[in-house]
Amino acid sequence: MDFLSKNLSYLLAGVSVGGQYALIAIGYTMVYGILRLINFAHGDIFTVAALILVYSTTILPLYIAIPLVLVATVALGYIVERVAYKPLRSAPRMSIMISAIGVSYLLQNLALYITGGLAQTYPAIPIISESIKIGPATTKVVTVVTPVLTIILVIVLMWLINHTKVGMAMRAVANDFETSRLMGIKVDNVISVTFVIGSFLAAVGSLLYFTNYASVVPTSGAMPGLKAFVAAVFGGIGSIPGAVIGAFIIGICENIIKGLGWTTFSDAFTFALLIVVLIVKPTGLFGEKATDKV
Amino acid sequence: MKKAAALAACAALCFASVMSVSAAETVKIGVYEPASGDNGAGGKQEVLGMQFANSVCPTVEIGGTEYDVELVIVDNESSNEKGPTAASQLVSEGVSVVLGSYGSGVSIAASDIFAQAGVPAIGVTCTNPQVTEGNTHYFRICFLDPFQGTVLANFAAENFEAKKAYVLTKLGDDYSTGLGFYFQQAFEGLGGEVVADTFPEGNADFTSYVTTATNEGADVIFAPVSTEAAQLIIDTATSQGVTVPLLAGDTWDSNVILNAAKGKDAQIYVTTFYQEGGDPEFDSSIKEWINSDSTNLANNGGDDTVAAVTAMGYDAYFTALEALKAAGSTDPAAVNEALWGVTYSGVTGEISFDEVNGDANRDVAYVKVANTETGAWEFVAEQGVN
Repeated sequence: MDFLSKNLSYLLAGVSVGGQYALIAIGYTMVYGILRLINFAHGDIFTVAALILVYSTTILPLYIAIPLVLVATVALGYIVERVAYKPLRSAPRMSIMISAIGVSYLLQNLALYITGGLAQTYPAIPIISESIKIGPATTKVVTVVTPVLTIILVIVLMWLINHTKVGMAMRAVANDFETSRLMGIKVDNVISVTFVIGSFLAAVGSLLYFTNYASVVPTSGAMPGLKAFVAAVFGGIGSIPGAVIGAFIIGICENIIKGLGWTTFSDAFTFALLIVVLIVKPTGLFGEKATDKV
Repeated sequence: MKKAAALAACAALCFASVMSVSAAETVKIGVYEPASGDNGAGGKQEVLGMQFANSVCPTVEIGGTEYDVELVIVDNESSNEKGPTAASQLVSEGVSVVLGSYGSGVSIAASDIFAQAGVPAIGVTCTNPQVTEGNTHYFRICFLDPFQGTVLANFAAENFEAKKAYVLTKLGDDYSTGLGFYFQQAFEGLGGEVVADTFPEGNADFTSYVTTATNEGADVIFAPVSTEAAQLIIDTATSQGVTVPLLAGDTWDSNVILNAAKGKDAQIYVTTFYQEGGDPEFDSSIKEWINSDSTNLANNGGDDTVAAVTAMGYDAYFTALEALKAAGSTDPAAVNEALWGVTYSGVTGEISFDEVNGDANRDVAYVKVANTETGAWEFVAEQGVN
């Protein structure tokens, strides 16, 4: 009991932060699955979602501001894809990746310009930002809500991919870009849907993440984005369940390491894990076997 | 009274100079401060003090000639890597003296650039000893971390009868690790026990740290970190129902902290350079100036609380003017030479420099507590070292 009371908080924090990484990681993994592109701007879309809420709550009530954040973030993801990635569809993969890095810096610097570089306090969302007691540990409600909501969203997403027409189209495009185009699938629309879903989940992730850690700076998204990316690679990039499980593992391990007193090494661990996984199992936990396309 | 007289004299001087002829010559004072990054909020408040001082006294008489004072402001982005670039920019602008920075790390990083160019610098609120140690061009007008750490350790031991302290510092931040170290030394010297932890750059999840503090049964938590991390620590601690006092150094003396703590059940104590109300005349005139301009108001964090760093920035500006007057020239080398002998009675107290490192002779710090209902700082005590 003593062990539990001492360590429950670490576990709860780990599960919660894991859920938030998972929501971001899905965005990385889906875009990679379809476009073979690492969308470096994803972490910044996550930050922008937070800033939209910060600024919209100054003039709007929360029940309008939150849906607005979801819509605006989705629109941003869609626009980024149309403006920065679509024109480069037939360009070498390296060009589109550099375009992604460009978008990332553009968003970061825009945020720097708008906020003036100062930390913005994230508004408290009723219910989920209140404190509750779970056994011996006190935490925010959002800590408990996050993993549950994450799992529900993943189940919905899996259903969407496996049992709907657009989902089937996505799987087809992921499998073979050219052939699916020949089969009459509107590839551009499918890619847009992918970005819409990814951005939507990033917006939800940002609501949960910043409710827990209520301060937004232009580079807030960088670290969670990077760790979510590690989670996606860890789980096998391109695989949604892989990304989710990878994210939970990273979130929990990170907090256990902090709990053991090795706080200095908690980030080093995450990236060491990435290196080890890439050496031992280059395709990740659930990664598809690389088939050489000729 | 002396301060008020000095202020009046200066105002009269400025007025007189405006009356005679508008000065054609310009002397440049460099402002090396963060406007973005971790310490952006504090840096902006410090610059406000200098800008206000500049508006109060925009000219100075050097060697019989009237000079306009121009502030050249650069942003060191709170980053040890980017600071030197900003510093070189000041050097190439041809400034006579540099003020800043908020944050010790960036000051140390830029020190060599100023040394090579022969430009003297006056540290405003950089408290780490290494800033001025072993050089003759970096001065400072604030107290030092060994002093501040000892003051805080004494305060914790005396007021809370603390036996065990949890010290949380940021990796790679000279200010944070330095102050944490001096606190630990002093606290252990008083017979206490310290549990020390560090967090990396960009960390936002303080849950585990707060849990460790609780598990270890700490009587106080000491977190000398940037205001950005502080917001998160306060939020995490209160949502986890932590009731032990949070102690911190001068960085936490900011309305960012007040806003983060408002309406929450938290005890927050800080040591600082100036207590609002210490000089009512200065307070009321700067409040008026801040409220008169929406940019100033935004830079001050949205309200007119007078931060200690603002008062320090104000004093730093006048100390620089004194040095220019004493030097009788805008040549940086002459200003550097003159700085050793400069004395000035500012709103934060008497300023003079010791002969060894050019550190300020200060032996008292103010302790303040955050009132979480009204969202204001309340004066607790003047604490020295026993």
